Amino acid sequence: MSANGGDPLLELEDVHVFYGAIHALKGVSLRVDPGQIVTLIGANGAGKSTTLRTISGLLRPRNGSLRFEGKDIVRASSQRIVRLGIAQAPEGRQLFSRMTVLENLEMGAFQRRDRSEITSDLERVYELFPRLAERRTQKAGTLSGGEQQMCAIGRALLARPRLLMLDEPSMGLSPNLVDRIFEVISDINQQGTTILLVEQNAARALEVAHRGYVLETGRVTLADDATALRSNERVRASYLGEA
Amino acid sequence: MPPATRTRLERALLAVCFCTLALYPWLYSNYLSTTLTQWLPDTSTAFVILAFTVMGLGLNFVVGYAGLLDLGYVAFFAAGAYVAGWLASEQFANAGSVVFGGTVLPKTPGIHLSPWLVLLAAALFSALLGVVIGVPTLRLRGDYLAIVTLGFGEIIPQFVRNGDNLGGFNLTNGAFGMNGIDGLGFGNTVHHAIHTLPSNFLNELDSRWYYWTALALVVVTIVTSLLLRDSRLGRAWIAIREDEDAAAAMGVPLMRTKTLSYAIGAFFGGAAGAMITLQAGATSPDAFSLQVSIFVLCMVILGGIGNVWGVTLGGILLAYVNYKGLFAAGNTFNSTFGTNVDISQYAYLIYGVAIVLFMLVRPEGLIPSARRRAELVEEPEEENVGAEASPA
Repeated sequence: MSANGGDPLLELEDVHVFYGAIHALKGVSLRVDPGQIVTLIGANGAGKSTTLRTISGLLRPRNGSLRFEGKDIVRASSQRIVRLGIAQAPEGRQLFSRMTVLENLEMGAFQRRDRSEITSDLERVYELFPRLAERRTQKAGTLSGGEQQMCAIGRALLARPRLLMLDEPSMGLSPNLVDRIFEVISDINQQGTTILLVEQNAARALEVAHRGYVLETGRVTLADDATALRSNERVRASYLGEA
Repeated sequence: MPPATRTRLERALLAVCFCTLALYPWLYSNYLSTTLTQWLPDTSTAFVILAFTVMGLGLNFVVGYAGLLDLGYVAFFAAGAYVAGWLASEQFANAGSVVFGGTVLPKTPGIHLSPWLVLLAAALFSALLGVVIGVPTLRLRGDYLAIVTLGFGEIIPQFVRNGDNLGGFNLTNGAFGMNGIDGLGFGNTVHHAIHTLPSNFLNELDSRWYYWTALALVVVTIVTSLLLRDSRLGRAWIAIREDEDAAAAMGVPLMRTKTLSYAIGAFFGGAAGAMITLQAGATSPDAFSLQVSIFVLCMVILGGIGNVWGVTLGGILLAYVNYKGLFAAGNTFNSTFGTNVDISQYAYLIYGVAIVLFMLVRPEGLIPSARRRAELVEEPEEENVGAEASPA
């Protein structure tokens, strides 16, 4: 266990979430320590995106507790959660496709009022993704898949989050771009942002992550250091495609 | 791209349009030939046209900016009309005589507030009604919201129709509606101080003052629209229209933002309703049919959903056709062919055909907003990056 003595940034305990009668999360517990990259891996429908949506306040858990920096956020609205410092680049990117790249990025800073800081964060995002700077006046819907993903990550960064949640950032991207995206994820983390990463590409996710959780049909079935998970027999067989 | 840098041509065009509109009453009575004037509305018809344009612009906050389909906008027209009735007629004669800046003689029974206060009160009451209706309904999305708003558009007139005996209290005068509603004006006190400001516009020989009031309200509505469009709130509306979930994930408070668009739309709907009622001097539940909601919605669609200038043009055009154009066309048709057809009977047939044609030929409206154009003319995605085999 990597759990150091310090306080976790985010902690979920026995979280249950339902879609109507469907029991989507059946008691998920996990912790994200400050400065780490933590990854959630698992098959389709395992509950990875549901977990992120619950943390974002877009879904309400029926039981269980959610704590961010020690504060209970179970009842917090999604805008309060953004203000507390959790931002998400959602699955399928969900850009505002008829807004320009710049307008999309500015929407990320919707909860902030510190104009000059926003401008410097914008510059930082452009440094991270020079392509976005070139295309700042272009409609987001006309970007390529990779650029859209960059825009979604950039938009989330503009909330200046302490916890950045990325939902399948490599989905639908060419191998080259997947490399680039994972490089950026490491960079962002080294600059001090804690990351909760949901991925189907378990091999790549476990390479960059410090810690990992395996989710199966709404339950955490394995939790360990990323290096330990990579050598775990079951993980190798089920998620890393090794016999 | 918001047209941050308007070209000189556009500015000039705008100035010419505004001057023409401002001088219209004078042009109409002095300079236009009779062949032209039989096609042009007289000043009081022009007033009604402008008042309906305000409604179109008000609905544009809801439908155009926030993307919420509202089929019951007439409810706010009704609210404004009845506030005018309550605060500027003899409806509450039992309350004694409260003449506060009203355009009637002192000691007239009933409540007679200054019409300007009445306009403001009607707008505020209507906005409040917007919040009351909005809070439970705006959780719904798309078609479901449209159905519920349609319901409220029917409920309000029914309430008004049956509101003549609310536990013995006659609030709305039932199916008869309210009559003897005061006209707009500055009231006697102001008139005695400044003689150029008439005490009651009804006493003026023509309806220029009404017309100018409506024009002023159009300008106020346009300016509000433009300011809000480029504000943080305007961005939030567009974000919600584009993708409600993503907007929520950015921290946009959905309910508050949507309710605000509804309330602001209702504000202008109520003001327009009150203004029309103060000119007509009467109102009744029959005036609040579904057709009014559809008519105003057509202005927004015809003009260009979300574009202030488009909706203004669409509003003026459609209201013109409704209140003058069809009659004029009918008269010309009849006198040319010696027939006796009442074309205005077929008004809704003609609107229906026009809307269908518009949707086929120019779905983005007369003057589309830049964003809408992009939505309707989908640019092909440049490169939908190839499928990547994820590990099973």
